Amino acid sequence: MNNPLNTLDEELPPLTFNQAAVEAARCLMCFDAPCTHACPTHIDIPKFIKKISTSNLLGSARTILESNLLGASCARVCPVQELCEGACVLGSEHNPIAIGRLQRYAMDFIYGKGINCFPPAKLTGKKVAVIGAGPAGLSCAGELAKRGHTVTIFEKRELPGGLSTYGIISLREPMEVALAEVRMIESLGVKIETSKELGTGISIAELQASFDAVFLGVGLGATPALGIPGEERILDGLAYIEQSKLDPSNLVVGRDVVVIGAGNTAIDCATVAKRLGATNVTMVYRRTEKEMTAYPHEYEFIKREGVSFSFLTQPVRLHTEIGSPKSLECLRMSLGPIDESGRPSPRPVPGSEFSLPADQIVKAIGQEKPSVASQLQLKTEKGFIQVSDKFETSLPGIYAGGDCIRARGAASTVMAVQDGKLAALAIHERLVANG
Amino acid sequence: MADLSINFAGIRSPNPFWLASAPPSNSGMQVHRAFEAGWGGAVWKTIGPPVLNVSNRYGAWSYGGQKMLGINNVELISDRPLDVNLREIAEIKRTWPDRAVIASAMVESAQSHWHDIIRRIQDTGADGIELNYGCPHGMSERGMGSAVGQVPEYCEQITRWVMEVAKIPVIVKLTPNISDIVMPARAAVAAGANALSLINTLNSIVGVDLDTLGITPNIGGKGGHGGYAGPAVKPIALNMLAALGKDSIVNASKLPISGMGGITTWRDAAEFLLLGAGSLQVCTAVMHYGFRIVEDLCDGLANWMDEKGYATVSDVVGRSLHHVSDFNNFDLSFRAVARIDQEKCIRCNLCYVACNDTAHQCIDLIDNNGQVVQPNSYAVQSNGKEDAVNLRPTVKVREEDCVGCRLCYNICPVEDCIHMVEEPSGRPPVTWGQLSQSKREVTEDWEQMKVYREKMGIHIP
Repeated sequence: MNNPLNTLDEELPPLTFNQAAVEAARCLMCFDAPCTHACPTHIDIPKFIKKISTSNLLGSARTILESNLLGASCARVCPVQELCEGACVLGSEHNPIAIGRLQRYAMDFIYGKGINCFPPAKLTGKKVAVIGAGPAGLSCAGELAKRGHTVTIFEKRELPGGLSTYGIISLREPMEVALAEVRMIESLGVKIETSKELGTGISIAELQASFDAVFLGVGLGATPALGIPGEERILDGLAYIEQSKLDPSNLVVGRDVVVIGAGNTAIDCATVAKRLGATNVTMVYRRTEKEMTAYPHEYEFIKREGVSFSFLTQPVRLHTEIGSPKSLECLRMSLGPIDESGRPSPRPVPGSEFSLPADQIVKAIGQEKPSVASQLQLKTEKGFIQVSDKFETSLPGIYAGGDCIRARGAASTVMAVQDGKLAALAIHERLVANG
Repeated sequence: MADLSINFAGIRSPNPFWLASAPPSNSGMQVHRAFEAGWGGAVWKTIGPPVLNVSNRYGAWSYGGQKMLGINNVELISDRPLDVNLREIAEIKRTWPDRAVIASAMVESAQSHWHDIIRRIQDTGADGIELNYGCPHGMSERGMGSAVGQVPEYCEQITRWVMEVAKIPVIVKLTPNISDIVMPARAAVAAGANALSLINTLNSIVGVDLDTLGITPNIGGKGGHGGYAGPAVKPIALNMLAALGKDSIVNASKLPISGMGGITTWRDAAEFLLLGAGSLQVCTAVMHYGFRIVEDLCDGLANWMDEKGYATVSDVVGRSLHHVSDFNNFDLSFRAVARIDQEKCIRCNLCYVACNDTAHQCIDLIDNNGQVVQPNSYAVQSNGKEDAVNLRPTVKVREEDCVGCRLCYNICPVEDCIHMVEEPSGRPPVTWGQLSQSKREVTEDWEQMKVYREKMGIHIP
């Protein structure tokens, strides 16, 4: 199918050699560059771009990976407008350098050729267990392996990669990219055991007995309940996206799809629905566009896709006909005083009930806090695992990073990668200090 | 509207822009199209003895995404039969009586050969003849081209033979592959030439192929020196042009000089005129973009002349020559310092690193509290565009330590952001030439220099 609007294939084509060379040449090579500061993993961006312009693509890729082992994912999914490209000095009067696209160019080079950027490390004999093969876990494991530690990742799902594999729509990152990164981490010596969940497949006591340190990169839980009648027929947004990646041909997409929520995952759900055949897609949100958590560029994107919005709208009940969803009853909301989330609190407008036609309803209203916190009786902050500035939890020797510790700021792949890296440095310091 | 027409040693053309003797002027068809596009004249690709050419004859030097900042070639003189060239020259001149048609020639260094070619050119009705003493490859090995231009005595001898039979203006084209361009120019003056032109191409190897380890371009497994031209050679050409303008003998001869070497825009053209060129020849820019570029060459030059109040090209020619001097005459008390316009600065910090690593360490990074900070001093947890932009230090010149080297000015990517501001040094003007006469000891002994600096308040950080 040639119509790009009917496909979830990766949206941006790779840069050609010429495009990359011209774009790289445009980079001013700022000193102590603001793009590098803005990048949570502080990739030396002018350095890797300069290397593209000198056709030193191996050196360019290695520069990226030295700061961020998941450079191929980040090149695709990072909100570059808020990070590196948003800080580019050419942004004010010109177009900022397409840093994400250039990073992808360098990453595609090594993955396309199957090049290993790092030599095998001399083993230290220390062992570390990592729970969760998402970006935080992979980053932590890879950094530790580069330093000679023996790392085993335990992953509860069948495939490693976490949200990069299961939760980011193919339009932004095809699953093969995430899996290629996993293989690269494995090539550093990391062992990954899938279908092994903490608590059922393996206990923390076992881990503590067999490993010198543990890192928790468990992410967050399921989509929380709305608590409205008919909820059992409302689809989970992450499961919806997952099927669009693993088994798109069997994903049933409604004609009138309502997506509840206005975060980046909700936008991804709406994108899937629209691209895979829905006639009408409406996003329903309790507050207004000012409060929505989706990035501005994502909001612009989904409007261009032809998705409509119903702001100040609270779902209250699902109506069905012969067991199938028919419509979603909603209430109009108004905004009240600021609540504990720092945003104006939505309040129902009495008597404002109305119905949106809907034969498929998807909810993407965030994720439950990590259950592992209570399971291990870890100290928490707003329900997230509390860690020290060395990423150590309240249990000595047990570290954590990624979405499961993100009590402040927006959860993102690149922040998870940085957590994993910094935690690995802290673990390494501890293991080396302990001889 | 400025009048762009010129009279160059008796050769008239409606504007000063001529195709240089090169591939663009290889045939009547090409010159015809060039004239249609608006070129004021054309110096025909050099005619002379039989030659054969090779493939992969052009190599380019590209940099930073800019293609062909320099072009190197091993193409020889015209490989079309002499008769064909002479016939087409005659046809073009008949078709375009108002344009300058100049035949470039190069033959074996024998009086009879030169007499013959000059007569045959004159029979075409051409406006002038350019003697190619510059080609640095292929022809020089056969005792022609730069083999002549590099030996002033040969220049003079051949030019004398030419002048014995010449009835139309003769331009001697000089090679830059020589240590002092003035010498062959004086030889041409002595032999009675009517005009000079410069520069021909520079000897060059354009590159080495890192896969094959062969020379670029690859000519059947070999490669070698060829003539180099294009934007990259412009400063060399300007210097040689000015050197002729400042030479008393060449200057006294009042011979006009046709300037070339990297002219790409009307701005380049104006600079050549200001340093003494009476007509302008263009090759590489045409080979890059086609004949159409003459439109902006003329339009831009005329607009600039109007803005400056110059009515004719001759009002401009040589107008900057009196500024050309040499180090011995520069005022050592002249002081300028760099000043950065904070409103325009985009904080790329290129000036900072250039100054600190390679110049005089007088630019500081200043944080939001006005404190001097070191680069990369943000916390590892700090990220995002807000932090990166808001916490970014500003760059500031410590003017008391600035020697005014102008490196930061040269590398700043923002138009009009760094200014070199003239500041009083508090010292009377003095040149090195004066100093080495009046205080010779200071120029020869470091201890005396130290005393002199202290006395004069010269502070070099």
